[in-house]
This record gives sequence, C-alpha cells and structure tokens, in this order.
Amino acid sequence: MSVAYAILFYIALAILVIGVARRVIMYAKAPAPLKIPTTPAPTTQTGVVMRLFREVVFFESLFKSTKWTWIFGWMFHIGLFAVLARHSRYFNSLMPAEIVGPLKYAAFAMIIGLVGLLIRRFAVDRVRYISSPSDFAMLFLLILIGVSGAMMTFVSHTDITMVTHFFHTLMWPFDGIGQLPGDILVWVHLLLVASLMIIFPVSKLLHAPGVFFSPSRNQVDNPREQRHISDWAKKLEQN
Amino acid sequence: MAKVDYEIPELQEYVEVPELESGTMAHSAPYVAKPEFQEPLGYVGEVQDDWKEKTLDAMGDMLGKYRGLQVFMDSCVKCGSCTDKCHYYLGTKDPLNMPVARQDLMRRVYRRYFTFAGKFFGKLGMPEFVGAKELEREDLDEWFSYYHQCSQCRRCSVFCPYGIDTAEITMAAREILARVGIGQKYSNEIIGKVYKIGNNLGLPGPALEDTLEGLEEDVEDETGVKVLYPLDKKGADILLVTPSADFFAEPHVDGLIGYGKVFHEAGVSWTLSTTASEAANFGMFIGSYENMRKISLRIREAALELGVKRIVFGECGHAWRVAYSFLNTLAGPFDFLDPEYPVPQHILEFTWNEIQKGTLNLDPSRNDDMTLTFHDSCNVARATRMGDEPGGQFTIPRNVIKSVCNNYVDMDPDTIYEKTFCCGGGGGLLTDDLMEIRIKGGMPRMTALNNVIEESGVTHMAAICAICKSQFTKILPYYGMEMDQIVSVHQLVSNALILTGQVDEDDEDTDEEAA
Ligand code: HEM
Ligand code: SF4
Ligand code: SF4
Repeated sequence: MSVAYAILFYIALAILVIGVARRVIMYAKAPAPLKIPTTPAPTTQTGVVMRLFREVVFFESLFKSTKWTWIFGWMFHIGLFAVLARHSRYFNSLMPAEIVGPLKYAAFAMIIGLVGLLIRRFAVDRVRYISSPSDFAMLFLLILIGVSGAMMTFVSHTDITMVTHFFHTLMWPFDGIGQLPGDILVWVHLLLVASLMIIFPVSKLLHAPGVFFSPSRNQVDNPREQRHISDWAKKLEQN
Repeated sequence: MAKVDYEIPELQEYVEVPELESGTMAHSAPYVAKPEFQEPLGYVGEVQDDWKEKTLDAMGDMLGKYRGLQVFMDSCVKCGSCTDKCHYYLGTKDPLNMPVARQDLMRRVYRRYFTFAGKFFGKLGMPEFVGAKELEREDLDEWFSYYHQCSQCRRCSVFCPYGIDTAEITMAAREILARVGIGQKYSNEIIGKVYKIGNNLGLPGPALEDTLEGLEEDVEDETGVKVLYPLDKKGADILLVTPSADFFAEPHVDGLIGYGKVFHEAGVSWTLSTTASEAANFGMFIGSYENMRKISLRIREAALELGVKRIVFGECGHAWRVAYSFLNTLAGPFDFLDPEYPVPQHILEFTWNEIQKGTLNLDPSRNDDMTLTFHDSCNVARATRMGDEPGGQFTIPRNVIKSVCNNYVDMDPDTIYEKTFCCGGGGGLLTDDLMEIRIKGGMPRMTALNNVIEESGVTHMAAICAICKSQFTKILPYYGMEMDQIVSVHQLVSNALILTGQVDEDDEDTDEEAA
C-alpha cells in the first residue's frame, strides 16, 4: 500500500506542477492588447509590485468590500500558509523547532476560516446563488484535510518519524520506499491532499497564479508615456 | 415624462442590498441590429445555422487574444465580494445582475468547452457540478439580455480580490454575439454614422459650422467679446475632440462654450475637425478592437491633416478612457505632436493648468446661485487618470469646480471616487429601448444625490461625461428632481470666467434659464 501511495503522490505532484506550469505559461504568453489597470493605479513598476503584494498578502480589494469574507478568508489562507510551512519538516529540517511547535495552532485558524466561509456560502442568499456543488465540495475537502491533520497533531498522534521517513524516501526512491504508519488518519489525510493537488490546475484554485496575471492589477498606469501594443494588434497596422 | 409600466424604485435613506428576485429583468433586451448595420462593421448580418460553432470559435479567439479574459474566466473563486456592488443588481434585485452571475453566463460555457473539469463532468452528464453548461441557442439570448444590463463601469472590479473586471467579459460577450449575428442596433448604427459622417449624431459639416457660428454670436452678445469656435482650421495649436452632444444638447453645449472661452483666455489657437467631430468611441462598448481602432484613427488623420501640435479631449467618460488609455495604442505613436504635452490631454487638465498659472480671471460668486456636487464618471474614475498623480481624475475636476464655485459638497464617500456609482446609462445602454434598466440602475446615484440635496442643500450636480449628462437629464424627473439640475463642469467655468474686455449686461443677477 505504501508503494501505491508513493505512486499516487508522484502522479499528483506531476499533475500539479505540470498543470500549473502550463497554465502559467499560457497566461504569460497570452497577449494583453490594451492597458486596463483599475485606476487609481500605480504609475511605476515598483508601485505595481507593491499593489500585488498588498493584494496577495492582505487581500486589499476584498478588505474594501466585505469584512466577514475578508476575516474568514484571510484566516484560512494565512493558516494554510503557516501549515504548509510547517509541513516542510517532513522534507528537511530547515525550520527551527521553536517555530514548528507554536505553528501547530495555525491549523485552527485554517479550520475556523474555512467553516466561516462555508457558513457564509450557505447562509448568504447571494453567495449561495453563485455557488456550484464544486464550490461546496472544495470547502469540504479542505476542511477534511484540516481536521484530519489537526486530529493527528492534537488527538491521536501518529508516528511522525515514519511519515518523515516515507517522504524522505520519496525524494530519493532508489533505496526503496519507506512504510507509512498503519494509522487510518494518515491514509485519509494523504489521500485527500493528493486529490487536492490533482484538482488544483483544473479548478478555481488557479486564482493563486491568476492574481499575478490579472491585467487590472498588474499593469502600470502609463499609457500616454509608453506605447503599449500587442503582436496581433501590430499586424493590423501593416495593412 | 413618458408613462411606464414598471415600478420606479423609491429612494430610501441609503441603498439596501436587496434579496434576490429571479427574472425581474429577464425581459430586458435592446433591439437587434439589422444586417445592413452589422455588415459595415465586419459582422455577419444574421444568425446562421452554425451559430454554435461560431460562438465557440469566437470565444476561443477572444480567449487567445485577451489575457484578461482568460485569467478572469479561470480565477473567480465565487467569494461573493462583488455580488452587491453593481447598481443594476441594487436597482433590479435580479440575481443575474450580480457581476459574478453575469460573468458566469459566459464562464459556464467556457468551463464546459475549454476546461478539463467541464469536459470531464460534461461527459458524465453532470456539467453543473463544476459550474459548466452545454451551450444552447437560448443562452445567446440570455447573454444578449444581461450583457446589455452592464454599463462596463468596473465598479465590481474594484472589490474583486483578483480585479476580475466584468466590463471586459461584457465586451467580449458582445463581440462574440455580434460575430454570430446578434449585434446591438443602437451601438452599431452609431458606429455606422461615425464612419459615414464623422460623428455619432450624424451632424454633417455644414450643420456643425452653423452651430459654431451660432455659439460665437451668443457669446459675443452676452460678453461683448469675440470668442472663436473654429472648425477645420489648419495650423491651429490644438485639435479639440469632443462628444457631438456638446454641439447642441443642454447642458453639454454650455460646456463647449466654456472650453472655447478658456482657450481664448489662454491665448492658444484651436480647432475642431469635421471628420473627427466625435470623441465617443462606441467600438469599446461592443468590445471590438478593430472598430475601436478604426474610429480612433480618424483622430490621428485629422491631427495630421490639420497640422496641430496637441490633442485635447472634451468632457466625456468612456471617450476619455479610449483617449487616455487606448489612443496611443490604437492610433499612435504621436511623435508628430509637441512632446511637451501629454497626448491626449483632458480639457480639465488644460483648464486646471491655466487656473494654476493664473491666466483666468475667475469670479466664483457668479455661481453663488448653486450648491454643487460632483458625479465621478465611472470610466474616468476607474479606467483613466488626469495629471501626474494617481487619483488626479478625482482631484482635478474638484479643484476646478472649487475654483469657480463657492458652494461645493461631496456625496456619500461610498459613492464617489473609485467607488462611484455609474449613472446607469453608460456602456452603450443610452437608448430608449433600455429605459427600464437605465432608470433602475440609476437608483444608487439618485439616492446619494437626493441625500445631499436634503441634507446639504445641493442644487446641482456637475458631470464630465456626455452620457452621464444625457442619462441624468432623462432620469432625474423619474426620481422627482429637475432635469436641469445636471450641469457641465465647463459650464460652471464659463459662468465664472470673466473674459478680457468683457462687458456685462446691465443686471448683475445671472438670470438662470428656468427651462
Ligand atoms: C497567491 C496565493 C493566494 C491568494 C492571494 C489567495 C487569495 C484568495 C482570496 C482573496 C480568496 C477569496 C476570499 C475567500 O473566500 O477566502 C480566496 C479564496 C479561496 N482560496 Fe485562495 N489564495 C491563494 C492561494 C490559495 C491556495 C494555495 C489554496 C489551496 C489550497 C487556496 C484555496 C482557496 C479556496 C478554496 C477559496 C474559496 C473559499 C470559499 O469557498 O469561500 N487559495 N483565495
Ligand atoms: S461593470 Fe459595472 S455594470 Fe457591469 S457588472 Fe460590474 S458593476 Fe455591474
Ligand atoms: S469578487 Fe471576484 S472572485 Fe469574488 S465572486 Fe466576484 S468575480 Fe468572483
């Protein structure tokens, strides 16, 4: 079974990396024929980097809009980020123990955020109207991942050394794949995570790379100073 | 005011986010363009049997040409942040007027035919699980209806965490529809007129000349000063491009009088052009790069032919967007113009410069019969800039107004600057066949205006957009206000500006026309 999981993770990782890379390349290559930053917009490249930074780290636009979604959404994402960072200990030991310890509470931020978002999706008629089953499914999936993970941290501890060993052998599989502990929670957690990785490049999770390519946020407001023209539009000028 | 068979929203103290009421505006749609108005713009005349193929081809083509469209289609997480931001939703309660729902009309087709998830669940017979849908003929009618209930105002984009701009999606949808043979009569006819005659209103050269002579006489009668309103004058410094409504409609024409007076006092020579006698560019509304470009090129040609050094645009919102953000792209480079000045310039940038230089003799007390507020036009606010600093599009008009008026009050901060509410008539909706959506969509702005009227004694609202001015003139009466409460900013400048050598008529009281 551990070998099956090993294969699953290779496939999931490949799909995630190749899928997202293909999307990113496609976004990067797609022409943006017109200057359409939502103004007032920065007039310099540095300004744009700052704008994107505020957007990615603080969800600036969402903050302007609805405080509840912002609070839950931000809690979830910051929690997710912290949890992901903490997971680095299964692959390397760069993160000092003083940080790894307290960071375990980030899981609560993540779960509370997700549950808040889920309630909002059910309770607010406008949000319910625009939701597809997949939008609910995504939240359930993440909540299950969060809860199964937190259970292992706080309720029924699993053999972390074995898990770490398993992932180390995944990084260098030629001496044989390690065994995962026989703990149902580990198996469930890992299965869900692999599904998330597989879904990522074909779902709305593309918002993570998408935000960096959004022309209304990443363009410099300088159309009068600098002529901006795409290749396909240039062709129109030749006749 | 015509009788209507729908309810005019009643103005409340503030705009409440309504509960959803499905289908309230499903009947709303503009007239479809006849083949004779489709073909000159490069579109098929009517819907053919291969509409489905054509739709999907056109969609694929647009996705490949516009990164924005591609990223916006993929990125929406259905967070709901935009759902209560659209004036059309607030005014109609129709859920499909929530920006994300409007986007989803296209997105669900995108998901079905252009994404793995949609294709996969489509094959399983359950595309709706991932928000996908088979494309059916009725979908195109629904697109035609709801993509003409969006004024491309970009308010939703301000609040979206990824800046998803429904305006971009609306434009793409309209272009796709037009390519399939479902164009909008109003916009397409107007573009046809621009190609044939030179402006949206179809005013031929001689009529323009008459009008401008009339203006010169009026100004001379009133002030004793001969202010020129030149047409096709070769060698002038400045080519003024202004919306054609400025040539005769109230209150637009008072703005044009103002531009002329400012130029006169600034001592610059200027001219209008017959062939480029229109600042508006409806090519943007229909989402057609090619048509937008063709319309823009007239301005380049006029500038070359007249040998001007600068281009200045009159008061108009979407025109300023096309001018400020797109003109250099569509019709540039403008290396034949004077590099000292930005190309193009807004008339307010020009006037504000002159005010700062002190060349204008202004007496703001001449506007003391009014208390003003200012309507930020959506395109100016969220798609352009004035001056060198971000946000100049908010400060410069206000600075000018405050220089020429003593009484000024802003509306609710949630309804101005980047959060401004559209007038309700932008984006190619300024047509009688869309009156209901125009009236209802105007509700949030009317609410904010009504509040400053009641609380701060505001008497007039100034605007810098031909569409806003026409729309407000039309809808103010439905909300119990007077149509002449809307004024041009340069009308205010004109009132306050004392020309060199001006002799005033005997009575000092400005006898305001009570029309
Ligand atoms: C660059 C990194 C990212 C940024 C800037 C970002 C930003 C956002 C924002 C602003 C929202 C809307 C508010 C909300 O509903 O929470 C959102 C929603 C969401 N994000 Fe992210 N995100 C990022 C990465 C991720 C990643 C890596 C995941 C996944 C595993 C993820 C999963 C989600 C989900 C599932 C939602 C929808 C929540 C709901 O249904 O309400 N995000 N994201
Ligand atoms: S662009 Fe304006 S009109 Fe269109 S959906 Fe967004 S808020 Fe509504
Ligand atoms: S705010 Fe943006 S991401 Fe959120 S629902 Fe609206 S369009 Fe989608």
